[in-house]
Amino acid sequence: MTLNAAITGVGMSDIGRKTNRPAMIHLAEAARRALECAGLTRDDIDGISTYPGKADNSPGMSPLGTGEVRNALGLKTRWHSAVPDGPSQMAPIQVAAMAVATGQARHVLCFRALTESSSQTATQRASIPGAGRARLGGWYSYLVPANAMSASNWAGWMAQRYFHEYGMTREHLGLVATGQRAFAQHNPSAVMRTPLTMDDYLGARMISSPLGLFDCDVPIDGACVVIVSAADAAKDCARAPLTIEAMGAALGSQETWDQRADLTTMGAHDSAADMWKRTDLKPADVDVLGLYDGFSIFVPFWLEAMGFCGHGEAKDFIAEGNIGPGGRFPVNTGGGQLSGGRLHGFGLLHEVCTQLWGQADGRQVEGAKIGACGMGGGFIAGSMLLRRD
Amino acid sequence: MRPLPELTPENTAFWTGGAEGKLMIAFCGDCAHAIHPSQLICPKCWSDKVESRAVPGTGTVYTYTVNHQPWMPDMPVPFALAVVDIDGAPGVRVTAEVVNADPESIAIGQKMKVSFFNIDDIWFPQWEPAQ
Repeated sequence: MTLNAAITGVGMSDIGRKTNRPAMIHLAEAARRALECAGLTRDDIDGISTYPGKADNSPGMSPLGTGEVRNALGLKTRWHSAVPDGPSQMAPIQVAAMAVATGQARHVLCFRALTESSSQTATQRASIPGAGRARLGGWYSYLVPANAMSASNWAGWMAQRYFHEYGMTREHLGLVATGQRAFAQHNPSAVMRTPLTMDDYLGARMISSPLGLFDCDVPIDGACVVIVSAADAAKDCARAPLTIEAMGAALGSQETWDQRADLTTMGAHDSAADMWKRTDLKPADVDVLGLYDGFSIFVPFWLEAMGFCGHGEAKDFIAEGNIGPGGRFPVNTGGGQLSGGRLHGFGLLHEVCTQLWGQADGRQVEGAKIGACGMGGGFIAGSMLLRRD
Repeated sequence: MRPLPELTPENTAFWTGGAEGKLMIAFCGDCAHAIHPSQLICPKCWSDKVESRAVPGTGTVYTYTVNHQPWMPDMPVPFALAVVDIDGAPGVRVTAEVVNADPESIAIGQKMKVSFFNIDDIWFPQWEPAQ
């Protein structure tokens, strides 16, 4: 059941580490590129959507909200929204799709901006929730004060359980990291492009076992914009609309990283299963994948969640070469967040769209028409299936 | 220094029970469902008769990780974090730092017992091998 919504343009700023460029400069650059991609002008944009909204819960995590972006870009909108508690970093795109499908807006500018690289100091690490605060509330108050400060710890104990149950080893995750680096070598905007060997991977320092340095994505400064348009309005855009075939946002467990009954699954499994209920397409129809890789272990979790292989089978699926360059189900062909930089899922979707438009020079998946994207880790998850007709 | 949890009506028993050496977990007074993290309403039956009581303070390692990265300048590393299925509260796990053991010796299935350390008004649970 196709939504009456499509992605019509994407744009990414010149991302990097310690760029010394303010978030708004990145955002404006990404917006300009997305409009150019879509063949739209500023005045066509009548909606704006973001995740999570302006937030300082960890350094550089979300320096821009809808208000200041509306101000800065001179937007007059009929609809605006910021979603901190939705189905992952994909939430602003999912709600934008619902907004255009219900006539609230025709072209929605969805954005994600981060300055995690330039905001980091020795005492203020990126992605440490609540850093610098005296007292914490909410779900991470049971983790951060217990010295489980980093998502690498939370992903680490999920990986440890998965390794224990299914015999995965670090070499399997090394195939994810080295494979994505091989893709990144063909993506000029990826922040890590030098070749990465299995020896490099295995020799890197441990962060939180069994996850080492190259299992972790890279904090960056940058912004990404995705334009979601109503189906009828999308026909007037510069490119073939990428129709949103189906979305999934289901979540069957608590908002925690340690209480889900089976920690070899995560929210991804709930949201992806729900997505497939809304389409006649099957995993075998998918040509290119963007799967959240804040940590390498999320890739096998998402592969299983999306049904590309059975539960516990991802290690063999990966070892058989399915997801790397030349594979049947190429994942994160721009290098992902592990090599491309952490744009919180937006970068992965940007790459899937680029592939579906046939413009992924040097890494193009021939004839790619159906793309799947899964964002988030732990209890955070959103799924989307895109189709170019 | 590590940030401390904000004390609330629902979590005070958990974070202060250690003053008396007790691991306090919330249970529903009507349907006996174990609730963690603790909250004011039972998620199973919506009863507001939620009360905390001491559990034995033992459990089994469901999973763990050994953290090697100092996330704060004064953080000693490495240390293990254990996610422990606790005895006496079905479905509840308590995640805490492991003490009195080589971090690399921790294993899934290992039996653990709780102890506490105090900062300010918070008593942090910590795990150590039961034997």
